Amino acid sequence: MNPPRSASGASPPGGQRQWPGKAGSTAFAGWRRILRGLVPWGALLPMALTVLVAYLGATLWSLRVSMSSARTFPSDDFVGLAQYERLFDNERWQLSLQNLALYGVLFIVATVVIGFLLAVFIDQKVKGEGALRTVFLYPYAMSFVATGLVWQWVLNPGSGLQQAVRQMGWPDFTFDWIIDQDKVIYTVVIASVWQASGLVMALMLAGLRGIDDELWKAARIDGIPTWRVYLSIVLPMMGPTLATVFVLLFTGVVKVFDAVVAMTQGGPGTASDVPAKFIMDHLFGRANLALASAGAIVLLLTVLALVAPILYARSRGRSA
Amino acid sequence: MMWARKIGLITATLALAGAALAQKPPAPSGPKAEVIHWWTSGGESAAVKTLSDAYRAAGGQWQDMAVALGEQARSVTINRMVGGNPPTAAQFNTSRQFFDVVEQGLLNNMDEVAARDGWDKFLPEAVLSVIKVKGHYYAAPVSIHMPTWIWYSKAAFAKAGIAAEPKSMDELFAALDKLKGAGLVPLAHGGQAWQDNIVFAAVLANVGGRDLYLKVLRDRDAKAIQGEAFKNVLLTFKRLQGYVDKASPGRNWNDATAMLITGKAGVQFMGDWAKGEFTLAGQQPGRDFGCIAGFGPSSLYIIQGDVFVFPKTSHPDSLKAQKLLASVITAPATQVAFSNKKGSIPIRTDVDASKLDLCAQQGLAIMKDKNRQIGNGEVYMTPDQNGALADILTAYWNRNIPVEKIQKQIAEALK
Repeated sequence: MNPPRSASGASPPGGQRQWPGKAGSTAFAGWRRILRGLVPWGALLPMALTVLVAYLGATLWSLRVSMSSARTFPSDDFVGLAQYERLFDNERWQLSLQNLALYGVLFIVATVVIGFLLAVFIDQKVKGEGALRTVFLYPYAMSFVATGLVWQWVLNPGSGLQQAVRQMGWPDFTFDWIIDQDKVIYTVVIASVWQASGLVMALMLAGLRGIDDELWKAARIDGIPTWRVYLSIVLPMMGPTLATVFVLLFTGVVKVFDAVVAMTQGGPGTASDVPAKFIMDHLFGRANLALASAGAIVLLLTVLALVAPILYARSRGRSA
Repeated sequence: MMWARKIGLITATLALAGAALAQKPPAPSGPKAEVIHWWTSGGESAAVKTLSDAYRAAGGQWQDMAVALGEQARSVTINRMVGGNPPTAAQFNTSRQFFDVVEQGLLNNMDEVAARDGWDKFLPEAVLSVIKVKGHYYAAPVSIHMPTWIWYSKAAFAKAGIAAEPKSMDELFAALDKLKGAGLVPLAHGGQAWQDNIVFAAVLANVGGRDLYLKVLRDRDAKAIQGEAFKNVLLTFKRLQGYVDKASPGRNWNDATAMLITGKAGVQFMGDWAKGEFTLAGQQPGRDFGCIAGFGPSSLYIIQGDVFVFPKTSHPDSLKAQKLLASVITAPATQVAFSNKKGSIPIRTDVDASKLDLCAQQGLAIMKDKNRQIGNGEVYMTPDQNGALADILTAYWNRNIPVEKIQKQIAEALK
């Protein structure tokens, strides 16, 4: 294990660096201190500007547009919450929200569980670890537009898995979820879990490798079963890793689009529709900027409503 | 930098060598037109080439700007207009997609060309109703597609013992039953929203007829939508769903056409672009497959198509280029050449039909009767209304929803 490092990382012990010959000049040192204070700000400025102008600005602009009657072009009029009323009267939008909730819960739970199990499995010092890691991480490195298409072929009952198993001698085998109104969203979950599990595995594995060996030795001496160590000691210690994983997966859920478009195009009918697809359809194809913006704002508010309590809890936890 | 220069040098050398081998192209002159369009597939590119050749022959310079997918191409056009750097011409559908652009005053009108070439005389009413806004001509039509052809496989029909081509909706259902009995897929259908919509439009035109069609899609008359006649249309539409195979959802249209080509399925509702698939497979209309535009002597010819619009630019030459382009692409010879490659029919009926194939000739003959021409949904409704209708129809096609509820939803969405 590496020796613990101080927060300032690269700076040598002893703090302030001394410059030969200049140590006496206090005025110069003062300037240097100010300059040093400014450098981080200078480094942060481009990103801060991007956030303020591009993200916050665009959000406010969307909010404004969502309260107008804009079609192809933005418009200056004000129609209050009319677009939001229309949005929530829309069955397709309601369905897409339900789909997103179902997809989100299943996807996050399944990905975290499978990703963790894969990480534990690789952590057992198995042979060919490098190769396995690559295999598991590979789906994440490929564009979902391409792999989604492959999934579509695999799941297609006429040409994919179902047909293959039937030809192998089980003529009654049925796996046609992708054309089933009520089950199609699960196929999107399956494909997404397949894609994201590798990433979770990589993150979790890094977390597991960060656990001190002494801990394992101590647990072994106490005769605690391995699964129990993972569950009751290691997992709670991996809080920061878990937080990262959740944030990554959560953003993945909210913006899910490519998986649905590549696999089902929102179908059959509108059965696997998601908010991002609804918004994109209305933004470009249907030239309804205002309704699309209203959808985007609702999505943003949903995210804030879910994330704000977590952030609040964390800030309280830190100050306590 | 060094590398870039080196590569530039190599390219220049190659180009020089190429130019020396090939005939040296004429020095660029004449009005330059940058054209955004979404014709990117093999057949479509060949069709565009007929346009660019005609434009070059007329003395212009054609700068091709192909963007895949209509939606994408249109958003590129609109973004460039808003950004102040518009193309010389841009493709839209024969629809209300560009009405907002007209309203914002971003387009040049082609009144001069329209008056000189006499557009009013030879363009179908449905096309005119879209390109003419408040008395000005804002777009030049390029093609007319008919989205609701009924294609059938002669091999499948023979196998199912169907002797004659269906002449009515009842006969079509009888044929579908026979196909089902013969163990074939009666209706080859790709379960995607836009394809469900094509089936609906075909049923509305053939079962509902001209008056109901216009009442529902153009006037958006709530009474007609809630009425018995339209209910019958919806029920017929839903009845057709019973003839598709289980694997239909999500299938692409050309895969459905392939089922006809291989004789696995009997019938498909699809636009005239499906003809390209048959042709590619070496099949011929009348011999291997049949095309039905509609049932009865007054069946409708639904018009869907493409137009070019001409954005206002600061470039002095571009208006000249736009006028030349508008005139060239609507000329009879260009139209025939383009249609043959594209699978569409010419925008005018005063062309030499003998060069067109059997189905296109049949279509052109119907087009000669003004009362049988009608626009598709896009001609009468905004993209937004169209989309809302499509959402409801695809839900109805895929789920078991009471027809009255659908009628109410459509009336609500088209209000």
